[in-house]
Amino acid sequence: MADLKARIAKRVAKELKDGDVVNLGIGLPTMVANYIPDGVDIVLQSENGIMGMGPAPEPGKEDVDIVNAGAQYVTVNPGAMFFDSATSFGIIRGGHVDATILGALEVDKHGNLANWIVPGKMVPGMGGAMDLVVGAKKVIVAMQHTQKGKHKILDECTLPYTALNVVDMIVTEMGVMIKVDGGYMLTEIHPDFTVEQVQEATQCKLIISPDLKQMEEE
Amino acid sequence: MIDKIKTADEAVANIQDGATIMVGGFMACGTPEILIDALVRKNVRNLTIICNDAGVPGRGVGKLLSNGQIKTLIASHVGLNPEVAARMNTDVEEDKLECILIPQGTLAERIRSASCGLGGFLTPTGVGTIVEDGDYVECRMTVDGKDYLLVKPLRAEFALIRGSVTDKFGNTTYNGTTQTFNPMMAGAADYVIVGACEVVEVGEIDPNHVVTSGIFVDAIVGGEKPWQI
Repeated sequence: MADLKARIAKRVAKELKDGDVVNLGIGLPTMVANYIPDGVDIVLQSENGIMGMGPAPEPGKEDVDIVNAGAQYVTVNPGAMFFDSATSFGIIRGGHVDATILGALEVDKHGNLANWIVPGKMVPGMGGAMDLVVGAKKVIVAMQHTQKGKHKILDECTLPYTALNVVDMIVTEMGVMIKVDGGYMLTEIHPDFTVEQVQEATQCKLIISPDLKQMEEE
Repeated sequence: MIDKIKTADEAVANIQDGATIMVGGFMACGTPEILIDALVRKNVRNLTIICNDAGVPGRGVGKLLSNGQIKTLIASHVGLNPEVAARMNTDVEEDKLECILIPQGTLAERIRSASCGLGGFLTPTGVGTIVEDGDYVECRMTVDGKDYLLVKPLRAEFALIRGSVTDKFGNTTYNGTTQTFNPMMAGAADYVIVGACEVVEVGEIDPNHVVTSGIFVDAIVGGEKPWQI
Protein backbone atom coordinates (compact mmCIF):
# COMPACT_ATOMS: atom_id res chain seq x y z
CA MET A 1 0.00 0.00 0.00
CA ALA A 2 2.72 2.45 1.01
CA ASP A 3 4.63 1.53 -2.14
CA LEU A 4 1.59 2.17 -4.31
CA LYS A 5 1.11 5.58 -2.75
CA ALA A 6 4.78 6.39 -3.26
CA ARG A 7 4.46 5.29 -6.90
CA ILE A 8 1.57 7.70 -7.43
CA ALA A 9 3.32 10.55 -5.63
CA LYS A 10 6.54 10.04 -7.63
CA ARG A 11 4.68 10.17 -10.93
CA VAL A 12 2.72 13.28 -9.98
CA ALA A 13 5.95 15.02 -8.96
CA LYS A 14 7.19 14.77 -12.54
CA GLU A 15 4.33 16.99 -13.68
CA LEU A 16 5.69 19.95 -11.76
CA LYS A 17 7.88 22.52 -13.44
CA ASP A 18 10.54 24.81 -12.09
CA GLY A 19 8.89 27.84 -10.53
CA ASP A 20 5.41 26.34 -10.25
CA VAL A 21 3.19 27.48 -7.40
CA VAL A 22 1.64 24.29 -6.04
CA ASN A 23 -0.98 23.44 -3.44
CA LEU A 24 -0.90 19.89 -2.07
CA GLY A 25 -3.92 18.31 -0.40
CA ILE A 26 -3.79 16.32 2.84
CA GLY A 27 -2.62 12.70 2.73
CA LEU A 28 -1.11 11.12 -0.37
CA PRO A 29 -0.75 14.49 -2.20
CA THR A 30 1.49 15.75 0.63
CA MET A 31 3.95 12.97 -0.26
CA VAL A 32 4.53 14.56 -3.69
CA ALA A 33 6.85 17.10 -2.06
CA ASN A 34 9.26 14.26 -1.24
CA TYR A 35 9.83 13.40 -4.91
CA ILE A 36 10.34 16.71 -6.68
CA PRO A 37 13.00 16.10 -9.37
CA ASP A 38 16.47 17.63 -9.02
CA GLY A 39 16.72 21.05 -10.59
CA VAL A 40 13.05 21.79 -10.07
CA ASP A 41 12.17 24.37 -7.42
CA ILE A 42 8.49 24.72 -6.69
CA VAL A 43 6.78 27.17 -4.35
CA LEU A 44 4.33 25.46 -2.03
CA GLN A 45 1.20 27.38 -1.10
CA SER A 46 -0.73 26.42 2.01
CA GLU A 47 -4.26 27.79 2.09
CA ASN A 48 -4.10 28.69 5.77
CA GLY A 49 -1.66 31.43 4.85
CA ILE A 50 1.78 30.46 3.55
CA MET A 51 3.57 31.02 0.26
CA GLY A 52 6.88 29.18 0.36
CA MET A 53 6.12 26.38 2.80
CA GLY A 54 9.08 24.21 3.80
CA PRO A 55 9.43 20.70 5.25
CA ALA A 56 8.42 19.52 8.70
CA PRO A 57 10.65 20.85 11.48
CA GLU A 58 12.94 18.62 13.48
CA PRO A 59 11.31 17.38 16.68
CA GLY A 60 11.72 20.02 19.35
CA LYS A 61 12.23 22.82 16.79
CA GLU A 62 8.52 23.42 16.09
CA ASP A 63 7.20 26.98 15.93
CA VAL A 64 3.68 26.60 17.37
CA ASP A 65 2.48 29.58 15.29
CA ILE A 66 3.33 27.89 11.95
CA VAL A 67 1.16 25.03 10.73
CA ASN A 68 0.02 23.67 7.38
CA ALA A 69 -3.57 23.14 6.26
CA GLY A 70 -3.57 19.75 7.97
CA ALA A 71 -2.63 21.46 11.26
CA GLN A 72 0.84 19.89 11.27
CA TYR A 73 3.85 21.97 12.26
CA VAL A 74 5.90 23.05 9.26
CA THR A 75 8.77 25.35 8.41
CA VAL A 76 8.96 28.06 5.80
CA ASN A 77 11.65 28.52 3.18
CA PRO A 78 13.73 31.68 2.65
CA GLY A 79 11.56 34.08 0.66
CA ALA A 80 8.32 32.88 2.22
CA MET A 81 5.34 35.05 3.09
CA PHE A 82 2.41 34.72 5.50
CA PHE A 83 -1.04 36.13 4.75
CA ASP A 84 -4.65 36.04 5.84
CA SER A 85 -7.31 33.65 4.51
CA ALA A 86 -9.01 36.18 2.20
CA THR A 87 -5.66 36.92 0.54
CA SER A 88 -4.89 33.21 0.36
CA PHE A 89 -8.08 32.43 -1.51
CA GLY A 90 -7.64 35.49 -3.68
CA ILE A 91 -4.37 33.88 -4.77
CA ILE A 92 -6.18 30.58 -5.33
CA ARG A 93 -9.27 31.82 -7.21
CA GLY A 94 -7.21 34.43 -9.02
CA GLY A 95 -5.38 31.78 -11.02
CA HIS A 96 -2.01 32.27 -9.34
CA VAL A 97 -1.66 28.62 -8.32
CA ASP A 98 -0.21 26.56 -11.17
CA ALA A 99 -1.25 23.15 -9.91
CA THR A 100 -3.36 21.67 -7.16
CA ILE A 101 -2.99 18.01 -6.28
CA LEU A 102 -5.72 16.33 -4.31
CA GLY A 103 -7.51 13.08 -3.65
CA ALA A 104 -10.97 12.13 -4.83
CA LEU A 105 -13.89 9.94 -3.88
CA GLU A 106 -15.16 10.00 -7.48
CA VAL A 107 -14.19 11.52 -10.82
CA ASP A 108 -16.41 11.18 -13.88
CA LYS A 109 -15.77 11.25 -17.62
CA HIS A 110 -16.82 14.91 -17.80
CA GLY A 111 -14.01 15.89 -15.44
CA ASN A 112 -16.45 16.39 -12.58
CA LEU A 113 -15.03 15.84 -9.11
CA ALA A 114 -16.63 14.60 -5.86
CA ASN A 115 -14.38 14.60 -2.82
CA TRP A 116 -15.99 16.38 0.09
CA ILE A 117 -19.06 14.60 1.38
CA VAL A 118 -20.74 11.21 1.61
CA PRO A 119 -24.26 12.23 2.67
CA GLY A 120 -25.34 10.57 5.89
CA LYS A 121 -21.91 9.03 6.46
CA MET A 122 -19.03 11.45 6.19
CA VAL A 123 -19.57 15.20 6.32
CA PRO A 124 -16.13 16.71 6.81
CA GLY A 125 -16.80 19.81 4.71
CA MET A 126 -15.17 21.07 1.57
CA GLY A 127 -12.53 23.19 3.25
CA GLY A 128 -10.59 24.88 0.47
CA ALA A 129 -11.13 22.16 -2.14
CA MET A 130 -13.94 23.85 -4.09
CA ASP A 131 -11.91 27.04 -4.45
CA LEU A 132 -8.69 25.21 -5.31
CA VAL A 133 -10.10 23.11 -8.15
CA VAL A 134 -11.92 26.09 -9.66
CA GLY A 135 -8.97 28.45 -9.35
CA ALA A 136 -5.81 26.41 -10.01
CA LYS A 137 -4.53 26.29 -13.58
CA LYS A 138 -4.06 22.51 -13.45
CA VAL A 139 -5.98 20.04 -11.30
CA ILE A 140 -4.32 16.66 -10.72
CA VAL A 141 -6.18 13.93 -8.87
CA ALA A 142 -3.78 11.53 -7.11
CA MET A 143 -5.57 8.47 -5.81
CA GLN A 144 -5.81 4.70 -5.83
CA HIS A 145 -7.67 3.54 -8.89
CA THR A 146 -10.51 1.81 -7.03
CA GLN A 147 -11.90 1.84 -3.50
CA LYS A 148 -11.66 -1.79 -2.37
CA GLY A 149 -12.54 -2.90 -5.89
CA LYS A 150 -15.34 -0.33 -6.28
CA HIS A 151 -15.03 2.01 -9.26
CA LYS A 152 -14.00 5.59 -8.58
CA ILE A 153 -13.58 6.75 -12.19
CA LEU A 154 -17.18 6.77 -13.38
CA ASP A 155 -19.57 7.69 -16.17
CA GLU A 156 -21.34 10.06 -13.78
CA CYS A 157 -20.47 10.98 -10.20
CA THR A 158 -22.98 9.67 -7.67
CA LEU A 159 -21.82 11.84 -4.76
CA PRO A 160 -22.37 15.62 -4.51
CA TYR A 161 -19.95 17.51 -6.72
CA THR A 162 -16.97 19.49 -5.53
CA ALA A 163 -16.88 21.21 -8.94
CA LEU A 164 -17.81 20.57 -12.56
CA ASN A 165 -15.39 19.88 -15.39
CA VAL A 166 -12.18 20.61 -13.49
CA VAL A 167 -10.01 17.46 -13.35
CA ASP A 168 -7.21 17.72 -15.94
CA MET A 169 -5.30 14.59 -14.97
CA ILE A 170 -5.69 11.45 -12.87
CA VAL A 171 -2.67 9.53 -11.58
CA THR A 172 -3.24 6.13 -9.98
CA GLU A 173 -1.14 3.05 -9.27
CA MET A 174 -2.33 1.71 -12.65
CA GLY A 175 -1.45 4.63 -14.87
CA VAL A 176 -1.92 8.20 -16.00
CA MET A 177 -5.13 9.55 -17.55
CA ILE A 178 -5.51 12.92 -19.20
CA LYS A 179 -8.80 14.74 -19.85
CA VAL A 180 -9.60 14.98 -23.54
CA ASP A 181 -12.82 15.60 -25.45
CA GLY A 182 -15.18 12.75 -24.64
CA GLY A 183 -13.48 11.42 -21.53
CA TYR A 184 -10.09 10.36 -20.19
CA MET A 185 -7.20 9.14 -22.32
CA LEU A 186 -4.88 6.54 -20.82
CA THR A 187 -1.44 7.88 -21.74
CA GLU A 188 0.75 5.81 -19.42
CA ILE A 189 0.28 2.35 -17.94
CA HIS A 190 2.20 0.69 -15.14
CA PRO A 191 3.92 -2.56 -16.26
CA ASP A 192 2.06 -4.53 -13.55
CA PHE A 193 -1.19 -4.09 -15.48
CA THR A 194 -2.72 -4.67 -18.91
CA VAL A 195 -4.97 -2.19 -20.68
CA GLU A 196 -7.86 -4.60 -20.14
CA GLN A 197 -7.23 -4.62 -16.39
CA VAL A 198 -7.15 -0.82 -16.24
CA GLN A 199 -10.40 -0.63 -18.22
CA GLU A 200 -12.01 -3.21 -15.96
CA ALA A 201 -11.10 -1.07 -12.95
CA THR A 202 -12.67 1.98 -14.64
CA GLN A 203 -16.41 2.42 -15.14
CA CYS A 204 -16.26 4.93 -17.98
CA LYS A 205 -14.79 3.92 -21.33
CA LEU A 206 -11.14 4.94 -21.47
CA ILE A 207 -9.65 6.31 -24.65
CA ILE A 208 -6.34 4.53 -25.16
CA SER A 209 -3.54 6.73 -26.39
CA PRO A 210 -2.06 5.58 -29.71
CA ASP A 211 1.23 6.49 -28.06
CA LEU A 212 0.68 4.61 -24.79
CA LYS A 213 3.81 4.76 -22.63
CA GLN A 214 5.04 2.83 -19.65
CA MET A 215 4.53 4.54 -16.31
CA GLU A 216 8.02 4.78 -14.93
CA GLU A 217 8.70 4.53 -11.23
CA GLU A 218 11.91 6.52 -11.13
CA MET B 1 -7.41 57.44 24.64
CA ILE B 2 -10.14 54.97 25.61
CA ASP B 3 -8.86 52.34 28.01
CA LYS B 4 -9.49 49.06 26.18
CA ILE B 5 -7.51 46.81 28.53
CA LYS B 6 -9.80 44.32 30.25
CA THR B 7 -9.68 40.94 31.93
CA ALA B 8 -10.99 38.07 29.82
CA ASP B 9 -14.14 37.83 31.97
CA GLU B 10 -14.81 41.58 31.65
CA ALA B 11 -14.26 41.46 27.90
CA VAL B 12 -16.89 38.75 27.32
CA ALA B 13 -19.35 40.17 29.88
CA ASN B 14 -21.72 41.43 27.16
CA ILE B 15 -21.89 38.10 25.33
CA GLN B 16 -25.27 36.55 26.11
CA ASP B 17 -27.07 33.31 25.27
CA GLY B 18 -27.84 33.11 21.56
CA ALA B 19 -25.04 35.47 20.51
CA THR B 20 -23.35 35.25 17.10
CA ILE B 21 -19.57 35.17 17.48
CA MET B 22 -16.74 35.05 14.97
CA VAL B 23 -13.61 33.25 16.13
CA GLY B 24 -10.30 33.58 14.31
CA GLY B 25 -7.87 30.75 13.67
CA PHE B 26 -7.35 27.64 11.59
CA MET B 27 -7.50 24.35 13.48
CA ALA B 28 -7.08 26.55 16.57
CA CYS B 29 -3.78 28.02 15.35
CA GLY B 30 -4.64 31.71 15.66
CA THR B 31 -7.57 31.24 18.06
CA PRO B 32 -7.51 33.25 21.32
CA GLU B 33 -7.75 30.46 23.89
CA ILE B 34 -7.89 32.94 26.75
CA LEU B 35 -11.20 34.30 25.39
CA ILE B 36 -12.61 30.85 24.59
CA ASP B 37 -11.85 29.83 28.18
CA ALA B 38 -13.75 32.88 29.45
CA LEU B 39 -16.77 31.88 27.33
CA VAL B 40 -16.62 28.37 28.77
CA ARG B 41 -16.57 29.84 32.31
CA LYS B 42 -19.50 32.13 31.48
CA ASN B 43 -21.26 29.08 30.04
CA VAL B 44 -23.38 31.07 27.58
CA ARG B 45 -25.47 28.70 25.44
CA ASN B 46 -27.11 28.49 22.03
CA LEU B 47 -24.24 30.31 20.38
CA THR B 48 -23.80 30.72 16.64
CA ILE B 49 -20.07 30.33 16.05
CA ILE B 50 -18.44 31.43 12.81
CA CYS B 51 -14.99 29.87 12.50
CA ASN B 52 -13.03 28.16 9.75
CA ASP B 53 -13.36 24.79 11.50
CA ALA B 54 -14.36 23.16 14.76
CA GLY B 55 -10.88 23.23 16.26
CA VAL B 56 -9.99 20.00 17.99
CA PRO B 57 -11.34 18.53 21.25
CA GLY B 58 -9.79 20.53 24.06
CA ARG B 59 -8.56 23.32 21.83
CA GLY B 60 -10.10 26.39 20.17
CA VAL B 61 -13.85 26.30 19.51
CA GLY B 62 -13.61 22.57 20.22
CA LYS B 63 -13.89 23.56 23.91
CA LEU B 64 -17.22 25.33 23.29
CA LEU B 65 -18.45 22.34 21.33
CA SER B 66 -17.49 19.86 24.07
CA ASN B 67 -19.29 22.05 26.61
CA GLY B 68 -22.49 22.01 24.53
CA GLN B 69 -22.51 25.78 24.00
CA ILE B 70 -22.78 25.86 20.21
CA LYS B 71 -26.16 25.62 18.50
CA THR B 72 -25.05 26.57 15.00
CA LEU B 73 -21.55 26.30 13.58
CA ILE B 74 -20.72 28.10 10.34
CA ALA B 75 -17.43 26.65 9.07
CA SER B 76 -15.65 25.25 6.02
CA HIS B 77 -14.21 22.01 7.42
CA VAL B 78 -15.17 20.04 10.51
CA GLY B 79 -13.71 16.62 9.69
CA LEU B 80 -10.80 16.81 12.10
CA ASN B 81 -13.04 17.12 15.16
CA PRO B 82 -14.97 13.87 15.64
CA GLU B 83 -17.32 15.53 18.16
CA VAL B 84 -18.99 17.47 15.35
CA ALA B 85 -20.43 14.39 13.65
CA ALA B 86 -21.51 12.99 17.03
CA ARG B 87 -23.36 16.17 17.91
CA MET B 88 -24.92 16.58 14.47
CA ASN B 89 -26.31 13.05 14.66
CA THR B 90 -27.46 13.00 18.28
CA ASP B 91 -31.08 12.12 19.02
CA VAL B 92 -31.20 14.57 21.92
CA GLU B 93 -32.88 17.55 20.25
CA GLU B 94 -31.48 20.24 22.59
CA ASP B 95 -27.92 18.98 22.03
CA LYS B 96 -28.24 18.86 18.26
CA LEU B 97 -25.64 20.87 16.39
CA GLU B 98 -26.56 22.62 13.16
CA CYS B 99 -23.52 22.81 10.92
CA ILE B 100 -23.47 25.10 7.87
CA LEU B 101 -20.53 24.32 5.61
CA ILE B 102 -19.23 27.01 3.27
CA PRO B 103 -16.23 26.82 0.91
CA GLN B 104 -13.25 28.28 2.75
CA GLY B 105 -12.56 31.02 0.23
CA THR B 106 -16.22 31.97 0.15
CA LEU B 107 -16.38 32.08 3.96
CA ALA B 108 -13.30 34.31 4.08
CA GLU B 109 -14.63 36.60 1.36
CA ARG B 110 -18.10 36.85 2.97
CA ILE B 111 -16.43 38.15 6.12
CA ARG B 112 -14.11 40.42 4.16
CA SER B 113 -17.10 41.80 2.23
CA ALA B 114 -18.89 42.63 5.47
CA SER B 115 -15.73 44.25 6.80
CA CYS B 116 -15.41 46.58 3.84
CA GLY B 117 -19.02 47.50 3.10
CA LEU B 118 -19.72 45.35 0.06
CA GLY B 119 -23.20 44.01 -0.60
CA GLY B 120 -21.80 40.71 -1.83
CA PHE B 121 -19.40 39.32 -4.40
CA LEU B 122 -19.31 37.03 -7.42
CA THR B 123 -17.33 33.81 -7.09
CA PRO B 124 -16.94 30.88 -9.49
CA THR B 125 -16.55 28.55 -6.49
CA GLY B 126 -19.53 26.24 -5.93
CA VAL B 127 -21.21 26.72 -9.32
CA GLY B 128 -23.14 23.55 -10.16
CA THR B 129 -22.84 22.12 -6.63
CA ILE B 130 -25.16 22.00 -3.60
CA VAL B 131 -23.47 25.19 -2.41
CA GLU B 132 -25.91 26.95 -4.74
CA ASP B 133 -28.73 25.97 -2.37
CA GLY B 134 -27.19 27.85 0.58
CA ASP B 135 -29.29 30.73 1.91
CA TYR B 136 -26.20 32.95 1.67
CA VAL B 137 -26.23 32.56 -2.13
CA GLU B 138 -28.46 35.17 -3.76
CA CYS B 139 -28.42 33.68 -7.26
CA ARG B 140 -26.27 32.40 -10.10
CA MET B 141 -25.13 35.05 -12.57
CA THR B 142 -23.41 34.92 -15.93
CA VAL B 143 -20.91 37.72 -16.51
CA ASP B 144 -18.96 37.89 -19.76
CA GLY B 145 -19.92 34.31 -20.48
CA LYS B 146 -18.71 32.87 -17.17
CA ASP B 147 -20.95 31.57 -14.37
CA TYR B 148 -20.67 32.90 -10.84
CA LEU B 149 -22.58 32.76 -7.59
CA LEU B 150 -23.64 36.05 -6.04
CA VAL B 151 -22.78 35.53 -2.37
CA LYS B 152 -23.88 37.72 0.51
CA PRO B 153 -21.61 39.14 3.24
CA LEU B 154 -21.44 37.74 6.78
CA ARG B 155 -21.44 39.78 9.99
CA ALA B 156 -21.51 38.95 13.69
CA GLU B 157 -22.17 40.65 17.01
CA PHE B 158 -18.79 39.71 18.41
CA ALA B 159 -15.37 38.75 17.08
CA LEU B 160 -12.66 37.01 19.10
CA ILE B 161 -9.28 37.77 17.58
CA ARG B 162 -5.82 36.50 18.49
CA GLY B 163 -2.97 38.97 18.34
CA SER B 164 0.69 38.14 18.65
CA VAL B 165 1.61 41.70 19.63
CA THR B 166 -1.11 44.28 20.32
CA ASP B 167 -0.60 47.83 21.52
CA LYS B 168 -2.96 49.56 23.95
CA PHE B 169 -4.85 51.20 21.08
CA GLY B 170 -5.46 47.75 19.55
CA ASN B 171 -2.99 47.82 16.66
CA THR B 172 -2.15 44.17 16.10
CA THR B 173 0.48 42.00 14.45
CA TYR B 174 0.22 38.29 13.77
CA ASN B 175 3.03 35.72 13.79
CA GLY B 176 3.28 32.91 11.27
CA THR B 177 0.02 31.34 10.19
CA THR B 178 -2.03 32.88 13.00
CA GLN B 179 -3.54 35.59 10.73
CA THR B 180 -6.09 33.28 9.10
CA PHE B 181 -9.54 34.90 9.48
CA ASN B 182 -8.53 37.34 12.22
CA PRO B 183 -7.96 40.51 10.16
CA MET B 184 -11.28 40.22 8.29
CA MET B 185 -13.27 39.31 11.40
CA ALA B 186 -11.91 42.39 13.16
CA GLY B 187 -13.87 44.50 10.66
CA ALA B 188 -17.04 42.41 10.51
CA ALA B 189 -18.35 42.41 14.08
CA ASP B 190 -20.01 45.00 16.33
CA TYR B 191 -17.69 44.32 19.27
CA VAL B 192 -14.16 43.08 18.73
CA ILE B 193 -11.99 41.55 21.44
CA VAL B 194 -8.30 40.78 20.97
CA GLY B 195 -6.63 38.10 23.05
CA ALA B 196 -2.98 39.13 22.81
CA CYS B 197 0.19 37.23 23.59
CA GLU B 198 1.99 40.51 24.26
CA VAL B 199 0.51 43.91 25.03
CA VAL B 200 2.78 46.90 24.44
CA GLU B 201 2.56 50.68 24.68
CA VAL B 202 1.26 52.70 21.76
CA GLY B 203 4.14 53.51 19.44
CA GLU B 204 6.11 50.38 20.18
CA ILE B 205 4.89 48.56 17.07
CA ASP B 206 6.42 49.80 13.83
CA PRO B 207 3.48 51.10 11.73
CA ASN B 208 4.95 49.10 8.84
CA HIS B 209 4.13 45.92 10.72
CA VAL B 210 0.59 46.62 11.92
CA VAL B 211 -1.91 44.35 10.15
CA THR B 212 -5.11 45.20 12.04
CA SER B 213 -5.64 48.81 13.05
CA GLY B 214 -6.69 49.64 16.58
CA ILE B 215 -9.76 51.42 15.22
CA PHE B 216 -11.39 48.00 14.83
CA VAL B 217 -10.66 46.87 18.38
CA ASP B 218 -12.97 47.42 21.36
CA ALA B 219 -11.27 45.36 24.06
CA ILE B 220 -7.77 43.99 24.64
CA VAL B 221 -6.97 41.06 26.90
CA GLY B 222 -3.34 40.20 27.59
CA GLY B 223 -1.94 36.88 28.69
CA GLU B 224 -2.72 34.72 25.67
CA LYS B 225 -0.12 31.93 25.75
CA PRO B 226 1.61 30.20 22.86
CA TRP B 227 0.18 26.71 22.41
CA GLN B 228 2.13 24.06 24.35
CA ILE B 229 2.90 20.95 22.31
